[in-house]
Amino acid sequence: MQYLLLLYVGEADMAAASKDDSRKMTAAYGAYAEAMVQAGVMVGANRLRPTETATTVRSPGGKTQVLDGPYAETKEQLGGYFMIEVPDLDTALSWAERCPTVGHGVVEVRPVWPASDYDPDR
Amino acid sequence: MSDPADIAAAVARASYGRLLAFVAARTGDVAGAEDALSDAFAAALATWPVQGVPDRPEAWLLAVARRKLIDAGRRGRSSPGAAEHLRLLAEEGAAEIPSAVPDDRLALMFVCAHPAMDPAVRAPLMLQTVLGLDAATIASAFLTAPATMGQRLVRAKTRIKLAAIPFRLPERADLPERLAAVLDAIYAAFGAGWTDPGGTDARRRDLAGEAIWLGRLLVSLLPEEPEALGLLALMLYAESRRGARRSPDGDYVPLDEQDVGRWDAGLIRQAEALLLRASRMGAVGRFQLEAAVQSAHGVRRQTGRTDWAAIVQLYDALETLTGSPVVTINRSVAVAEVKGAAAGLAELDRLADDPRLADYQPYWAARAGLLARMGSAASAAAAYRRAIGLEADPAVRRFLQGRLSALG
Repeated sequence: MQYLLLLYVGEADMAAASKDDSRKMTAAYGAYAEAMVQAGVMVGANRLRPTETATTVRSPGGKTQVLDGPYAETKEQLGGYFMIEVPDLDTALSWAERCPTVGHGVVEVRPVWPASDYDPDR
Repeated sequence: MSDPADIAAAVARASYGRLLAFVAARTGDVAGAEDALSDAFAAALATWPVQGVPDRPEAWLLAVARRKLIDAGRRGRSSPGAAEHLRLLAEEGAAEIPSAVPDDRLALMFVCAHPAMDPAVRAPLMLQTVLGLDAATIASAFLTAPATMGQRLVRAKTRIKLAAIPFRLPERADLPERLAAVLDAIYAAFGAGWTDPGGTDARRRDLAGEAIWLGRLLVSLLPEEPEALGLLALMLYAESRRGARRSPDGDYVPLDEQDVGRWDAGLIRQAEALLLRASRMGAVGRFQLEAAVQSAHGVRRQTGRTDWAAIVQLYDALETLTGSPVVTINRSVAVAEVKGAAAGLAELDRLADDPRLADYQPYWAARAGLLARMGSAASAAAAYRRAIGLEADPAVRRFLQGRLSALG
């Protein structure tokens, strides 16, 4: 089963971190990702640029509206993700627990909904 | 018992949780397992009166449930993730169903009390899946509308299936915390039966019995866990006093005024034995300490006097362990018995600023009782009135009103 680990972090805190702290954090994420690869659970991962680079698009009544900024202005924002393949929720949670994010932010664990498993008539 | 309908009902009662756990543990789908089993029980009621009761009723029911599951799988009602399990189920021929269905109820209990489950739904879910209680009965015990409870249970089961909460025992390192959640859920079920205001609602009274049944099951499955023993002992002590907590006229009788002759000696003996067994395992915990407090109250049966000094010591340990204001309230009352009402009140005053106690009846009742004993009639009356306003049980309300008017 695939799970997406969504990493929510305080962007202001990240921006204010010292160079030394940032280096340590980067190394911690690197080691974490490497451990996932070694364990054969890694499907994909990425870090996201801060929400000051985000753009939202919607088209109410058919007219496209492009706005600068994230979908919601909150203190903690989606800062990256890991996609993993593991047998069950407990294994997914054990990986989430080890994610460096949990020390300063929040990790949300969501099961992936495969297209083959979605039938609008059911 | 020869009526096939009675036999079906008896098998359902004895085996429901075991059959459900067996199927759900293999498909990861509790709701699907419930549907399949309910079809199987319906088939039993239709078939057994005609063809007779099979030699191995559980295996018969399981074979039917399995066919229903496979049918549901073919109709696309189950997720592809379950397909592998269904194939495995299909391959295990009916003849290979062991005469005793393997017991996966412990894994089921851990699923119900999984940290990913809403704490409020854990006890209801356990009662429904392990014991087969219907949502309406559970709703009534938890003072919830049946439709609301039904919805909560459905959502919980959907979560188990879609998030793939595994049916297995927690890792050793996680066991204490995960077991604590199971114990809390069982105790919540017991509490829902126990706080039945009138003590008269048969369905709610049953729930305390059902929780004790879950406690016994847990102890049989985890005989080396002292806190599981402690919880069962605690529930049995409380149950042993059920008859004594109301006078023949239905009036509330506080613990220290109860007629010890009306306590159930058999249940107390069982509780004492469990607590002794737990204490030999050398890992003290919340439920063992609470049960030990009840055991100390029970000393009054032999000596005519409650061992308040021991009770204060036990509450000291509980307070350190839990930091719960409820413990502090009970401890204050015990301190008053040992060192006098003023000392008890001084302990209680430590909680005066805790906003959670503004609507907590036992705090105000304890306060009123201590103030009354110190002769502060006016303050006692104010505290009694506050306690009366917060009480839902008419018998307890009458009791408090009696104390209030006795202030003169």
